[in-house]
Amino acid sequence: MSEQKLQSQTVQTTGHAWDGDLQEYNNPLPTWWVYTFYVTVVFAIVYWTIYPSWPIGKGWIGGASNITYVNSAGETKTHSWNTRALLVQDMNEAAAAQKPYFDKVSSMSYEQIAKDPEMNGFIISAGKSLFADNCAACHQSGGQGVVGFFPNLADDDWLYGGSFDKIHETLVGGRRGYMPAFSEVLSGEQIDQLANYVASLSGIGHDATKASAGNVLFHTDTAACFYCHAVDAKGRKDIGAPNLTDNIWLWANVPAAQGDASKVAAIRGVISSGLNKGVMPAWAGRLSTEQIKVLTVYVHELGGGQ
Amino acid sequence: MNFNFKHEWIETNIGLMAVLTMLAISVGGLVEIAPLFFIDKTIEKVEGVRPYTPLEQRGRDIYTREGCYLCHSQMIRPFRDEKLRYGHYSLAAESQYDHPFQWGSKRTGPDLARVGAKYSNEWHVQHLVAPRSMVPESVMPNYPWLLSTPLDISDTAARMKALRKVGVPYSLTQAEFDANVVKFGETVARQLHIPDAQKNLLEQANFGNYDGDRSGISELDALIAYLQVLGTMVDFSKYTDDAFVKYR
Repeated sequence: MSEQKLQSQTVQTTGHAWDGDLQEYNNPLPTWWVYTFYVTVVFAIVYWTIYPSWPIGKGWIGGASNITYVNSAGETKTHSWNTRALLVQDMNEAAAAQKPYFDKVSSMSYEQIAKDPEMNGFIISAGKSLFADNCAACHQSGGQGVVGFFPNLADDDWLYGGSFDKIHETLVGGRRGYMPAFSEVLSGEQIDQLANYVASLSGIGHDATKASAGNVLFHTDTAACFYCHAVDAKGRKDIGAPNLTDNIWLWANVPAAQGDASKVAAIRGVISSGLNKGVMPAWAGRLSTEQIKVLTVYVHELGGGQ
Repeated sequence: MNFNFKHEWIETNIGLMAVLTMLAISVGGLVEIAPLFFIDKTIEKVEGVRPYTPLEQRGRDIYTREGCYLCHSQMIRPFRDEKLRYGHYSLAAESQYDHPFQWGSKRTGPDLARVGAKYSNEWHVQHLVAPRSMVPESVMPNYPWLLSTPLDISDTAARMKALRKVGVPYSLTQAEFDANVVKFGETVARQLHIPDAQKNLLEQANFGNYDGDRSGISELDALIAYLQVLGTMVDFSKYTDDAFVKYR
């Protein structure tokens, strides 16, 4: 209290009083604060002269700082500083650093890349980030896929073929899976017989009588399954028809089904409603030729390349 | 330092203080936003950007209704890491028909400015209904009701009329339609014609069958139609990598 009283005698007040005795001090700003403020003003003026700043009419002052870059058409250009020009420069630098590797990628064959230890290291690191950004959303981070939706890329079972060329073809153009729904052309009983036959091909517990009837349906024009899945039921990679004899499942969620009856029911569901999914997007427009080649080798190396 | 002005004068005039306070807090906006309306390079001149079709626009309404913008931005910045992950940086031109735009800066989920055509429709269906079945580490909520809720299409035309009032070139008259034909081509212009809004919406939804269910048009049909067009309107292969440098 006494200190405040002392201060009120020495420090200037604003001169007005409320409620009779309520006064307001008029303390000067600390010197360090005032000079810091002046420095920021000077800093701002220097900044304006270097970087884009004041709008004038339909344009603005570009500033003294310039960026010189080479664009994708090979022209050297200079533009006042901006983040877009900076990005072109940045991408060029990164591309120059990666160029030796990507040059090798374009000039070497798939087999050569796969056998070269140094290139393999590059494929693993570059391919990993490309895969994470573009493929992992569906095929999952390790390429294991999701039963019922997206195929496993880490096993050696392939819908469209697991050679370098076939993987490349899938990446470039995408894929579209299709199987007609049989609920309208076959009776419920016939579909059940077929499901039992398909289950028998993979060694799943089934009704033998129904399975032998299904065998006939499969191989005759009644259901005509053999057109796509082939006479030996091992599928046709040219049209993406899966092998039905290997107990590897994509569309029918057999692994999750408990007990033979529900496994057969899962198969029955697919035969009955068919498939109009299995869409793999085309990556040709999104990724560069070299990036697709890197991914081709990466996917091939995930474990199942043929 | 002695500031000897009479601030008593301001402090005892509430009206004056309100006016001066407003002026003080408007400076930021006046300096940073107002010039954009006069600078002729604010919106890049680029081919392909068009207003949303009725179905896409309804999808966009659902996007905002569900608050997708709280976790997803639609603004790819011009940095190397963003270009590598998401694609070409966003242009102002690409959101010129967005009211309000969905740029955002909060990314709990990934940026969606170029998510269009990156994933299949069925991926989107499954991912929106049960995100963790597709991306195990995802923290996105499930949106199962979108698949089971029929899309309310009764007010499609009214919504387009509202957007027309704020400057989106949806056409009401023959003259406006003809102008759109010149500007966007006939196929697009037909989609932008308000009198045909419902017919166009149904056609696109039935043809596209975005949610994989032919029994009706769900809110998911609209939302996926919207997501699949995001960032796909401009064909960047037609432009050099520095084509948009001059606009900044």
